[in-house]
Amino acid sequence: MYKTAKQNLPALFRMIAESQELYLPVRSAGQTNFACWSEEAEVDLESLNSVKSPKNVFFPQSENLYTVKRDGKKMKIEPEALRNQEFVIFGMRPCDVRGVEVLDKVFLADPPDTYYAARREHGTMVSLACREPEETCFCSAFGIDCTEPDADVAVWMIGEALYWKSRTDKGDALTGTVGSLLTEAEEQDVEETKEQVRGIIAKLPYSDLSLEGWNGEALTEKFDSEKWEELYKPCLACGTCTFVCPTCQCYDIKDYDTGSGVQRYRCWDSCMYSDFTMMAHGNNRTTQMQRFRQRFMHKLVYFPANNGGMYSCVGCGRCVGKCPSSLNIVKVVKAFQSEGGDK
Amino acid sequence: MSIEAKTEFKPKIVAFCCNWCSYAGADLAGSSRLGYPADVKIIRVPCSCRVNPMFILRAFEKGADGVILCGCHPGDCHYSTGNYYARRRMTLLFSMLDYLGVEQGRTRVEWVSAAEGMKFSATMNEFVEKIYSLGENVRLGDLRCRN
Amino acid sequence: MQELVNHAKELLTSGSVARVLGWKTGDLPYNPEPAYFDSAEALEEFVYNGFCGANLSKYMIEASKLEGKTLIFLKPCDTYSFNQLLKEHRIDRDKAWIVGVGCHGKLDAEQIRCQGIKGIEAVTEAGAQLQIQTFYGDRTIDYSSALLERCHVCKGKEHQIYDELIGESEETNDEERFSQVAGIEQLNPEEKFAFFQKELSKCIRCNACRNVCPACSCRKCVFDSNKFDSAQKANVDSFEEKMFHIIRAFHVAGRCTDCGECSRVCPQGIPLHLFNRKFIKDIDELYGEFKAGEDAEAKGPLTDFTFDDAEPGIVAERG
Repeated sequence: MYKTAKQNLPALFRMIAESQELYLPVRSAGQTNFACWSEEAEVDLESLNSVKSPKNVFFPQSENLYTVKRDGKKMKIEPEALRNQEFVIFGMRPCDVRGVEVLDKVFLADPPDTYYAARREHGTMVSLACREPEETCFCSAFGIDCTEPDADVAVWMIGEALYWKSRTDKGDALTGTVGSLLTEAEEQDVEETKEQVRGIIAKLPYSDLSLEGWNGEALTEKFDSEKWEELYKPCLACGTCTFVCPTCQCYDIKDYDTGSGVQRYRCWDSCMYSDFTMMAHGNNRTTQMQRFRQRFMHKLVYFPANNGGMYSCVGCGRCVGKCPSSLNIVKVVKAFQSEGGDK
Repeated sequence: MSIEAKTEFKPKIVAFCCNWCSYAGADLAGSSRLGYPADVKIIRVPCSCRVNPMFILRAFEKGADGVILCGCHPGDCHYSTGNYYARRRMTLLFSMLDYLGVEQGRTRVEWVSAAEGMKFSATMNEFVEKIYSLGENVRLGDLRCRN
Repeated sequence: MQELVNHAKELLTSGSVARVLGWKTGDLPYNPEPAYFDSAEALEEFVYNGFCGANLSKYMIEASKLEGKTLIFLKPCDTYSFNQLLKEHRIDRDKAWIVGVGCHGKLDAEQIRCQGIKGIEAVTEAGAQLQIQTFYGDRTIDYSSALLERCHVCKGKEHQIYDELIGESEETNDEERFSQVAGIEQLNPEEKFAFFQKELSKCIRCNACRNVCPACSCRKCVFDSNKFDSAQKANVDSFEEKMFHIIRAFHVAGRCTDCGECSRVCPQGIPLHLFNRKFIKDIDELYGEFKAGEDAEAKGPLTDFTFDDAEPGIVAERG
């Protein structure tokens, strides 16, 4: 366990940024999102989480797959180069780290997504433990301990100090880079704060959220339940929940006419949209109820069933805060909970 | 300072011309051998009212540096009232583009009748001049369409 | 609020209305959700408090297709949207029983958080103050400091259309409607561009603004079309974020009632009202003052014209 003074942070960031790209939460135009560090960047480590989750660094909202350039009758195809430079992403919350683990299950499964795999290989995650969880948090329901981050490096911001603990080889390498700013510290130093935060977690309104009855069980019953007809009504079918979610992973592939060729790119897609998985014959889900049900069944039933019980929700609370109609996954879980939690 | 071969800026202008008046006016300019720069690409529409604000923005997206809409004089629209609606629409659109910081002068509306070949070529020459002075459109263009 | 619930129960049980469209208590103090109530028991979950900012008129489009009447609660600003939808034949007047509710301004949880308040446990409305209990201590703030942006420029608490009125309102207008727009108009082009570039670069194309807007009711939005190559779900180039917002503002120009929902729902807090209000300001200046939704008959400014309209060159002339 190491530590450094909070006022050393700009120097720490500068040190890291000298040899690799550094992404961290930056406040711009009133909102905090992950962006590249620069001297002028207003780093924000106080906000609970960013609007757009850090999955954007590993799985960008849009990226080029290849470019076709036309020159008369000749065509040249240029595939996009895979990421081969190291980078660090600082300040991810433990829930967001779990989100990346969920994405790993999807993108690194055979055959691996080479674009994602390249970024994952070259990225070092530094996770910041939570100090002031809010009413929208429910990571504990998914077995995440927000006081014990599980990434390459775990850091805690307590008072005027930042505590630093490396957990992997990548973490050790990063610790070496910034070693000159770190001093020794005891594990004990962070215990008190951890206990305090755990106490707050226990008092949060969603702390008693029970996932009993989900997890791939009673699939048909849940699917056929009439509760969905009621739950989906306020849904506006926008894509806010999917775009702020750290685990949503669906994407669309499109071609763009540049005038002198074509660029094939992929971009995030949302299962809430009416043209999601539109095929030649049409769409398999034609009503918003079906789409709404699909999203939550995926997160709470299909994904755990296919991935050994790992839920595709991490309890970050972004959908709770951002849905324009105040819908969220907690309301869905609770709606079925009131059925007596039967399996 | 090294001597670099600079690519001279060749402006791309898109002109939406209504079929009945301004396109005929352009035709007349042509048959009267009145010159105007080849940078102007004319798109013929049945009426100036057909022009959707999306067309203007798409033109800029795909690389145009200036967009001009030509139609019949107010009162002389082939379809009686089309250009009145177009007038309102374009005024609001240009105002919004100005509000966003896009240089004034990149967009223009000109009423050209079928007999005004000279006016057509004069307008185009003026407009191209203006775009030369404003330079390449960077604020409202799509970088992917720039090679 | 109890008056609203009792009245709704009355109408529901007597069969005058088949359902009630209102707000349901959320699981947190500040997130009530728009909901349909089919029975008197369901109405036990009805709530009407300072956080009921959602505009219910758009849900009437679906409700018009259902059997029987729907009782709909409309705040003063919502009635403008209702009129506008009526004008465009998107909803059926006969299918709605409108209860106009009083309003003294609606609250924004974001505005509360902006004041450094975290971990909200409970919120109590106490007249001109808000008492907020949090896990990190209690705070009391001014009610007006947590108002939605649109409440500061409220058009007035008079309902434009209703079948009956319940509840008192209080004026909340304390800012000039076009002051922000005028401020931006004063900047030079570089500054304007930099400002909008910074704001719009936050846009994640979630389409919440479009989907919540009562004026955006096209069955198939042009931006959902895969016939043209613009991505609908990402801003692949900075041009696309401008294109979407300029065109959306244009499509609702003259029909936008300035209900403020777009700004309320934006997850990135982009001040979308700046686009819509710019069009409203221009229309007021050039074509005469027009308030969309004031009634359901007046012709919209973009479907109308006069022989003496200003030429587009006026944009350059007035500077």
